[in-house]
Amino acid sequence: MAAAAGALRRLVRCGPQQGLGRRLQLRSGIHGSAPAAVQVTVRDALNQALDEELERDERVFLLGEEVAQYDGAYKISRGLWKKYGDKRIIDTPISEMGFTGIAVGAAMAGLRPICEFMTFNFSMQAIDQVINSAGKTLYMSAGMVPVPVVFRGPNGASAGVGAQHSQCFAAWYGHCPGLKVVSPWSSEDAKGLLKASVRDDNPVVMLENELMYGVPFEMSEEVQSKDFLVPIGKAKIERQGTHVTLVSHSRSVGHCLEAAAVLVKEGVECEVINLRTIRPMDVESIEASVVKTNHLITVEGGWPQFGVGAEICARIMEGPAFNYLDAPAVRLTGADVPMPYAKILEENCLPQVKDIIFAVKKVLNI
Amino acid sequence: MRKMLLAALSRVLQGPAAAAAARPGAVSEVSRVVVASRNYADFASEATFDIKKCDLHRLEEGPPVTAVLTREEGLHYYRTMQTIRRMELKSDQLYKQKIIRGFCHLYDGQEACCVGLEAAINPTDHLITAYRAHGYAYTRGTAVREILAELTGRKGGCAKGKGGSMHMYAHNFYGGNGIVGAQVPLGAGIALACKYFGKDEICLTLYGDGAANQGQIFETYNMAALWKLPCIFICENNRYGMGTSVERAAASTDYYKRGDYIPGIRVDGMDILCVREATKFAAEHCRSGKGPMLMELQTYRYHGHSMSDPGISYRTREEIQEVRSKSDPITLLKDRMVNNSLSSVEELKEIDVEVRKEIEEAAQFATTDPEPPLEELGNHIYKNEPPFEVRGPSQWIKYKSVG
Repeated sequence: MAAAAGALRRLVRCGPQQGLGRRLQLRSGIHGSAPAAVQVTVRDALNQALDEELERDERVFLLGEEVAQYDGAYKISRGLWKKYGDKRIIDTPISEMGFTGIAVGAAMAGLRPICEFMTFNFSMQAIDQVINSAGKTLYMSAGMVPVPVVFRGPNGASAGVGAQHSQCFAAWYGHCPGLKVVSPWSSEDAKGLLKASVRDDNPVVMLENELMYGVPFEMSEEVQSKDFLVPIGKAKIERQGTHVTLVSHSRSVGHCLEAAAVLVKEGVECEVINLRTIRPMDVESIEASVVKTNHLITVEGGWPQFGVGAEICARIMEGPAFNYLDAPAVRLTGADVPMPYAKILEENCLPQVKDIIFAVKKVLNI
Repeated sequence: MRKMLLAALSRVLQGPAAAAAARPGAVSEVSRVVVASRNYADFASEATFDIKKCDLHRLEEGPPVTAVLTREEGLHYYRTMQTIRRMELKSDQLYKQKIIRGFCHLYDGQEACCVGLEAAINPTDHLITAYRAHGYAYTRGTAVREILAELTGRKGGCAKGKGGSMHMYAHNFYGGNGIVGAQVPLGAGIALACKYFGKDEICLTLYGDGAANQGQIFETYNMAALWKLPCIFICENNRYGMGTSVERAAASTDYYKRGDYIPGIRVDGMDILCVREATKFAAEHCRSGKGPMLMELQTYRYHGHSMSDPGISYRTREEIQEVRSKSDPITLLKDRMVNNSLSSVEELKEIDVEVRKEIEEAAQFATTDPEPPLEELGNHIYKNEPPFEVRGPSQWIKYKSVG
């Protein structure tokens, strides 16, 4: 009785969407129910990762707007300023170009900064520092000047924040050699990728998602460990399948799993791949999956032209998996418009579960 | 007779020094050899000079108005400035022969700035500048041959030919930056690291009169002052941002005041002693934890903005000639030294000859060293990464990448 009440409380607190995600996690059986597994939200996973990396290496510090005394605009850095103080957690004025350049310079001089953008939309003001100063310097200096900096923050659509606050930058940053670009979905992704990014000696852009911050996921004991890392450059098969490959990143991974749960009732087994890293992209995992399923659908929140899905399709064409496709590859993306505000319009500007199901049936001709 | 004897003696004593001068960072060794020979009575060991008083902003006191120059220092500064002068002129030559390509922004005329700055700081201090950087690459420890070979795009270049004119780096020298103004926040970040590590180091962050109007510089002033970063902001005002004179670009051409709440000094950038004393003053300010300072160095470039700019459409030949005849930094130092018995015309001529030889040899290297091997194309994408493949212009062309 108490257990059921507890479960009900958790469902209510999380909200229907998030509770569904959690139930799917448990049902999928990938993680299983290890004895010491706990439910951790993406926010808390990021917070843990920051705490652990700050503790582990004195050169690591966090800077950005509201990261210190406000506990973070989205509370990702809650409690860290209290624990580490002004030297390690730095509130900046609203000066993206300036403080991003400062973060990059600090990295060039031997520190390991984490530079938070309140959202990646604001990184556009500082994009020269990310790409020209951080991304290219190792190459231009023929290896003399490494830039171990992490740029992180929420990316892509939120809920009702309008056109200027909803852009996805995966394609923009993914375009640039010299950068690494990661995009976590689950808490395990968030924690492992942030830790790996901080320890990486290269500039890493970490594209989080605001709508995922409050979503809890099960984290096994192994994932909870202070040394758990998710390797950058390796995709994860979230769900094994045989009929169609769904490739996605960030929040859309959850939608793919929901679509898979519906489709399985009709006898369609979807293989869901969570990219985890945009650059360098794990094309091999996608190819191996397409060789098995013969059908490919990419799902993302960003705009269609020159996007992540476009890149995946091009690469599949160039590789061995092309000969195994029984139908052209399909892309699901954000609608090709600036994001509108009204709820009904906004909802229809992102690929929904029903759109994924429709696309699967189209591709399988059922 | 005595003069001939002394000249002969000077040549003999400078013999090994000439060989030493071919190695990077060897200039001080040359000076040490010279010190041993300065016992003959004709030369003074040092002299004191009046230098121009600096204009001050938010400061009660400024740098001293006199400076002591030792013979050793004088010869070192002279040789260094002359090396940079001849290196830049050689670059002009090589560019016109199309052996150097792309952008080439020459520093001749501004030598007193980079040599004066370096004279006032330690090798453990940090420096970052924009694209007119060849002089700084040299004073921060890069050999002339490596600078020239980088310009000619050879594997012996300081960045293996992958950077080019605007992207030369050395220990505690962070380039060479191509985007106007972007180096300024970087410099403040380096200063933040200096403060963070607590090792009493400072960062000299340079930009030009053109860059001084960039917004990110004001963002940086704010944070540097707020957080008391040990950063000296240095505006090398050579009067023209490309083809636009300062009067046409800035509502306020008092660049040393543009930091507003940051104390500033305006310095005669053609006088190496002025630059040195002002920098010592500013460095002391930063090291003592008082926060940033701003220095405006009034200087002049003889060449146009870059090699594709003849430099006479927006200024007159007369103006250039006037600066050359009245304010040339090398001539100013030479006159001071000769008129105060710190050296002689002959001795300095000797140095000129040695420098010319050094530059010729470096140019020889730079024009005969092979281009980097094609395999180099894919390298240095990531640091400390297991080797991976980099895509070439087509899916069938792949390069291996090692960091």
